[in-house]
Amino acid sequence: MSAQTRGNSSDSVQGVNRKALRFGFFVYTVGLLLAIILTATSFWAASTPLLWAPGVSLGLAVLAVAQMGVHLVFFIHITTGPDNTNNVLALAFGLMVVTLVVAGSLWIMANLNANMMPSTDLMNLHTQY
Amino acid sequence: MTMAALYDEAADPLLDTAADGPAPKAIVVAYGFWIFLLSDIVMFSAIFATYAVLAHATAGGPSGAQLFNETRVLVETGCLLLSSYTCGLMSLGIEARHRVATYCAAAVTFALGVAFLAVELSEFAGMVARGATPERSAFLSAFFTLVGCHGLHVTFGLLWLAVMMAQVVTKGFRDTVLRRLFCFSLFWHALDIIWVGIFTVVYLIGARS
Repeated sequence: MSAQTRGNSSDSVQGVNRKALRFGFFVYTVGLLLAIILTATSFWAASTPLLWAPGVSLGLAVLAVAQMGVHLVFFIHITTGPDNTNNVLALAFGLMVVTLVVAGSLWIMANLNANMMPSTDLMNLHTQY
Repeated sequence: MTMAALYDEAADPLLDTAADGPAPKAIVVAYGFWIFLLSDIVMFSAIFATYAVLAHATAGGPSGAQLFNETRVLVETGCLLLSSYTCGLMSLGIEARHRVATYCAAAVTFALGVAFLAVELSEFAGMVARGATPERSAFLSAFFTLVGCHGLHVTFGLLWLAVMMAQVVTKGFRDTVLRRLFCFSLFWHALDIIWVGIFTVVYLIGARS
């Protein structure tokens, strides 16, 4: 997030750095191409019969995480530079909460589901016979 | 010589941040909005978790494999990805203080966002017409909550973009407008990141099982 360069006041309107703009265009275009490649791979992997079916879901998840990374770096401009430390730390904390919420929910609900099975089977026995 | 005499406080890189005064407002605003976006993503993660738990709870109703159309999702994905790219080009136009480039990129971004919403709404209408309404099953409740929430975000993003363009027309590239435009571009890129999760988890993985 190069807020420094972008958010600054209307200082150097005539002195706009052509080189910086060209580099910015290059960064967005590379990001777009990478995102297109990853998206195309995802859609191909989901529909092709060539891949080992049980592994495809995991592969799709990996591709999605990779594409999110591409968007973060090339579109939102998260970098490892010193002006980005706070942003990266906030992102790391956000990712931790997201991981806890998603993985924790899936784990607990799968566990509950497995433990509830016998009683639903009993219910079915009652209703069927 | 004591340690205190050897220690030059002004040269300490950990302490000299205060010497520069508070961070510029552009940095503070961008950071605050970034925190908001992360909290929005945390909210989405809870909805994602709900969907993942309920994905198979179809209650005898239609499943994802029967409802989803991959071509339609590919069109939606293309629209949103390209609009994220043109939003980036708009940021460059703003950086160059180039009004025409900014308006053109904003118009394309807006049109692609509208196209995305149109395809999504026609998908929803088609599902409702087939009886796949939110109250049909837990799976469909979770589906409409997740995808609908993202669609609402896109709708608000479009409204925001229109307001920002009106501000550029009337106020020009002044500092407050530049900060808001920067926040909008962050918002729009974040929506595309969430869509990557949706097309993968809901449509691609969902249609397989």
